Amino acid sequence: MATSTKTRQFGPPLKRGSVAPKRAQAPPKKPAATKAPGSVARAPSAATRQQQSTPKRAQTPPKKSIAPRQQSAPKQAQTPPKKSITPRQQSAPRQAQTPPKKSTAPQQQRAPKPAQAPPQAPVQAVPPTPKAQPQRVNGRTFRVIGQRTERVDAVERVTGQAAFGADITLPGMLWAKVLRSPYAHARIKGIDTAAALRHPGVLAVVTAADLPPLASKGPVQLGELSIDVAALRELVLASKKVRFQGQPVASVAAIDPYTAAEALELIHVDYEPLPVLENALDAMKPGAPVVHDDIFIQNPGERRSPSNIAAHIEFERGDVEAGFAQADVVVEESYESAMVHQAYLEPQAAAASVDAGGRTTVWTTTQGAFTIKLQLCALLGLGQNLVRVVPLEIGGGFGGKINVLVEPLCVLLSRRTGRPVKLVLTRDEVLRATGPGSPSFITLKVGAKKDGTLTALTGRLIYDAGAFPGAPVAAGCVVGLGPYRVPNLRLDGYDVVTNKPRVQPYRAPGAPQAAFAFESSMDRIAEKLRLDPLEFRRRNAIAVGESLADGRPLPPVGLKQLLDRVARHPCWTRPLEQERGHARGRGLALGCWLGSTLSSACHLMVNADGSLTLVLGGVDLTGTRTAMAQIAAEEFGLEPGQVHVRVGDTDSVGYTDVSAGSRVTYVMGAAVQQACQDALGQLGERAAEQLGAGAGEVEFRAGVFNLRGSKKKGIPYLELARTSLRRGGPVVGRGTASGLPVAPAFAAHVVDVEVDRETGKVSILKYTAFQDVGRAVNPTQVEGQIQGGVAQGVGLALTEAYIWTRGALKNASLLDYRLPTALDLPFIATELIEAPAPDGPYGVRGVGEVPIVPAAPALANAIYRAVGVRMKALPMTPEAVFMASHPRAPVQEPAASPVAGR
Amino acid sequence: MRAFEYRAPTTLSEALKLLAEAKGEVRPLAGGTDLVPQVREGRKRPTMVLDVKRISELRRLEYDPGMGLRLGAAVSCSVIASHPQVRRYFPALAQACALVGSIQIQNRATVGGNICNASPSADTVPPLLCLDARAFIAGGRGQREVALESFFRGPGRTILARDELLVEVVVPPPPKFSAASYMRFIPRSEMDIAVAGVASLVVLDGGRQCQEARIALAAVAPQPSRAPEAEAALQGRPLDAKALEEAGELAAKMAKPITDIRGGAEYRRELVKVLTRRTLEQCLEALKRGPR
Amino acid sequence: MKQPLTFTLNGEERVLYVDTRATLLEAVRDYLGLTGTKEGCGNGNCGACTVWLDGEPAYSCLVLAVEAQGARVMTVEGLAEGGRLDPLQRALIEEGGLQCGFCTPGLLMMARSFLDRHRRPTEREIRGAIAGNLCRCTGYDKIVRAIQRAARGQTPPQAEG
Repeated sequence: MATSTKTRQFGPPLKRGSVAPKRAQAPPKKPAATKAPGSVARAPSAATRQQQSTPKRAQTPPKKSIAPRQQSAPKQAQTPPKKSITPRQQSAPRQAQTPPKKSTAPQQQRAPKPAQAPPQAPVQAVPPTPKAQPQRVNGRTFRVIGQRTERVDAVERVTGQAAFGADITLPGMLWAKVLRSPYAHARIKGIDTAAALRHPGVLAVVTAADLPPLASKGPVQLGELSIDVAALRELVLASKKVRFQGQPVASVAAIDPYTAAEALELIHVDYEPLPVLENALDAMKPGAPVVHDDIFIQNPGERRSPSNIAAHIEFERGDVEAGFAQADVVVEESYESAMVHQAYLEPQAAAASVDAGGRTTVWTTTQGAFTIKLQLCALLGLGQNLVRVVPLEIGGGFGGKINVLVEPLCVLLSRRTGRPVKLVLTRDEVLRATGPGSPSFITLKVGAKKDGTLTALTGRLIYDAGAFPGAPVAAGCVVGLGPYRVPNLRLDGYDVVTNKPRVQPYRAPGAPQAAFAFESSMDRIAEKLRLDPLEFRRRNAIAVGESLADGRPLPPVGLKQLLDRVARHPCWTRPLEQERGHARGRGLALGCWLGSTLSSACHLMVNADGSLTLVLGGVDLTGTRTAMAQIAAEEFGLEPGQVHVRVGDTDSVGYTDVSAGSRVTYVMGAAVQQACQDALGQLGERAAEQLGAGAGEVEFRAGVFNLRGSKKKGIPYLELARTSLRRGGPVVGRGTASGLPVAPAFAAHVVDVEVDRETGKVSILKYTAFQDVGRAVNPTQVEGQIQGGVAQGVGLALTEAYIWTRGALKNASLLDYRLPTALDLPFIATELIEAPAPDGPYGVRGVGEVPIVPAAPALANAIYRAVGVRMKALPMTPEAVFMASHPRAPVQEPAASPVAGR
Repeated sequence: MRAFEYRAPTTLSEALKLLAEAKGEVRPLAGGTDLVPQVREGRKRPTMVLDVKRISELRRLEYDPGMGLRLGAAVSCSVIASHPQVRRYFPALAQACALVGSIQIQNRATVGGNICNASPSADTVPPLLCLDARAFIAGGRGQREVALESFFRGPGRTILARDELLVEVVVPPPPKFSAASYMRFIPRSEMDIAVAGVASLVVLDGGRQCQEARIALAAVAPQPSRAPEAEAALQGRPLDAKALEEAGELAAKMAKPITDIRGGAEYRRELVKVLTRRTLEQCLEALKRGPR
Repeated sequence: MKQPLTFTLNGEERVLYVDTRATLLEAVRDYLGLTGTKEGCGNGNCGACTVWLDGEPAYSCLVLAVEAQGARVMTVEGLAEGGRLDPLQRALIEEGGLQCGFCTPGLLMMARSFLDRHRRPTEREIRGAIAGNLCRCTGYDKIVRAIQRAARGQTPPQAEG
């Protein structure tokens, strides 16, 4: 089975920020399920792949020699490899480009047997990797891991003491406001700020002209993704052209927010309106107006002219023609999804203070303080030693608080005025201009044999990036197909620019859109084959080691266990109670997310009373402190309450990537574990010295350092801690984790709905979310993540959408951008499957993102079974469901078969 | 957001004087749930905000079996919704007041404000229209009263002159053997503006015949209004399924909805049909339980 | 335009000179530095700014500060008396009914008031009561359970209402 992945993308290649693994250039290995000990071959996340894929094009000889690709190649030189470490992107291609040699040909895979013998939790997805570290040994019992430890930072949050972004006040502080473009597309012919500057109480006004020229071009690392620094600059302050409604054009600092708001009305901007591109399909039409005149993607042989297609990504394997020829049933359908927002409850807010010596301090609400720092330095030409970013508590991010928006304005204005400046966005600004999730148009063609075996799949995925390139379409391709084994495949992904706000990641970026299309199609084909939707999925479930869409082998994960668990759960086996006159249906859908890993750092101080202080480089979105306290407590034999966990600022701890990509507990957990081992190692050496033994002869168990194999009384940890200052000095443990392999997550959701046929309104009767979580460090928090993900998934499925009129956003408020309320959701049951991730601490794998993925298709499949209408567009609002199920709508095929209709 | 003066008079005459003498644009403020964001977001730019909540005439809520209900313009929705006599005699009004936004909104929002904001989708208006409510207005040139239905002149527009204030709404006692109901449709279960809203009131004669029916619609025309054709179709008929269905279709035909971000015109018409039938059914249910 | 304002905040009398455009939320947060109350939307659609105004939960973003002349205002900072957490605060912690915690202060003010008036609420009543408090992290599941837990711990109902 041959697999190839191709990307054509204009623009400079995007560099990867984290340190690459040592063996990045190792030859590709067989896509085996188990990993050799010590292996550090790392696969980037799907999301990363898209950004990374450019340089790889250049290095790997393309199968077909295509001219435009070559044109983009030379630019990659701009990322000088640091030291001897190879930039990660160079390792990327081999995984995708080198096809695994038919060792795991899917045809050889048999359909899974019915789940007669349920595996016991925690299930073991793969044989344990032969590693020395004790936590990897299955069956180890944990004292603290797996406990429902209360949040260690909860009291601050229930009493109002926790300081979020807008809660900071600095002496002499000024307030900033932002002037935004009323046009979706216009040339800026001039900006007159004189009247605003004369307004009493106004201290400074800045425009793009006040931003320093960019020192270098190219991408700035945002963790999983990156953004071109020139685009970032335009998102902060537009220079020559505005490309979406709400794009900032000027910012004012004044003595209070009211004065700043008054001043905005005194700034005169001369715009020349341009034609507006509202959706990606229009943007792809020949002759469409162009959003950028420096983006050129075209097919070979085409004339080189500006286009709105920023990237075209191709995934291909096998022979799709032959695959469809083998199929007994073929389904081809198109799906679309609306632009949606992360809708974190806390608007963006930051304050900055530039002191007389030029040192800049920024307080902000962000998913990554270091990422903010890197962006600020790249944008403003600042030395990385001169900027300190202090992350405040974050009131939700979901991917949307990674790029800078308000911070550079605060810095510019503070620099201009010599006083601290604070800027807090309004909800209107948040919705208009912070960067929502990508809308999509997806067409899928799926073929299967009578027995359900998938034979071929082709897909065209068009993702709208908004005003600047960067839609998560590559991730969509990979994770949409994620749960399935398809021998013959071709996926074409398009990253298209339009006159809408530039998208930002939103929880499993790209995945919910793709899952809606893939999971709806799978349900459709199962129905055509009169197969139970779960059984159909079990027959086609990808096995560990088989190839994902991009050719990477699926790492160990409990997909099979997950499906087995669904198969015997009452939410699936018990028939849905029908009631006369009520249209009810049950839907099932799967979700996949690969996650990212990147880098995390922490340090751990052993206090003289035996308690610990742990400083993390990563932001605590929602429970990281608690999970890390549990891990440190587990390692030291302490109680979580004895560990104080602090989120450090960028001057106080090592570089850590964003809290995103389901990577926090997985990677920071590994770093904390390492810091604990480091500190315990140091204490062990002291114990060994006191016991007159070699360091290797001492082991730490149950709070005591003992001589291995000896009955002699050991030295308690507490005693070593107490005497540490006198004997040996302070103990500081250091932990860094980088380049862990991806630990994917799978989820299955089962939902029962009732549809009011007369109004189209969908009510959720019952919701059950199954997920392989690897190891739940804290089940309460894991459940919370899943429930929150489901809620967001329900929102984008049923009510949430940006509504546009010629590029003008019509619903920039939480009144008409409708998040689910408490009345819109039932209790959300969770079923945790624990198939340990081989490289995760205690088997941990990322849990945060995948629960948003299956919600929309699960609901769509349930709606279909309730009223016989296959919804093709998100959100499935009451009006949409009503209109689709109304007689005037195109005639629908009859409702579900008896098998599928449960 | 422009700077403005804030005044909170304690008497009606003081308020009217401020209105009469003001140079710029004065905006009366009751609960503030509409006005405060309108002002803060620059959609309204008053030079003076006149807080009417401290005026006793506007805070009255009294029921008299002969007169009916006197409902001061500055009484909050939650006070109305929990008022025992409102609940007993005007359950549809209580229902509507309990639908206006969340509890936090209901604690501030007023029926007077809901009326004066003149949104086509105002939830409290359709039941009041069914109940034949009258609006009492005070101004520099004296007082006047009008049927509530003629108070509105389109979205956001009323008959109030710039020196006038809505003081109270008076609702006559409900007819004997009557029941009323208000239902609206929103995409979520709470916290939305009505895509369509219908209030119905049914008066039965001694038997099962409909002596009188009143139907009022919200969010499907420039202003809330009654649906006389649908009402007429029910008069003197037994209220069977067919009659209800017909009334719904006539009400839908009468509606003049527009397509906006909250719903398409065609869908809104469908909702009027459904809600008309459902509210009538609810009235019949209530009458079955025991007509007043 | 600025105007004097006197009101009681968490039992303490406060005197301010405020911009008439300031909301009660801004008076509490920006003028008086009690930042426990949050602004999530600024136009009465999210509930993060819920405070008690003369004992009734209200969105402080929809109230002009000057309207609060003479009023009693209570914020989340006033909920834990003498440093002892309210049972509802405890229940939220025990059930895991908070994640980022941004909606939590407003939610607490709404739910506490609701529980004071409804000793034995049903799940649906609870959901209805907090429908004006959006939470984006939890899916409400553990919040509702926390309120149920707090309700169970309440003294038996006297007269409901």
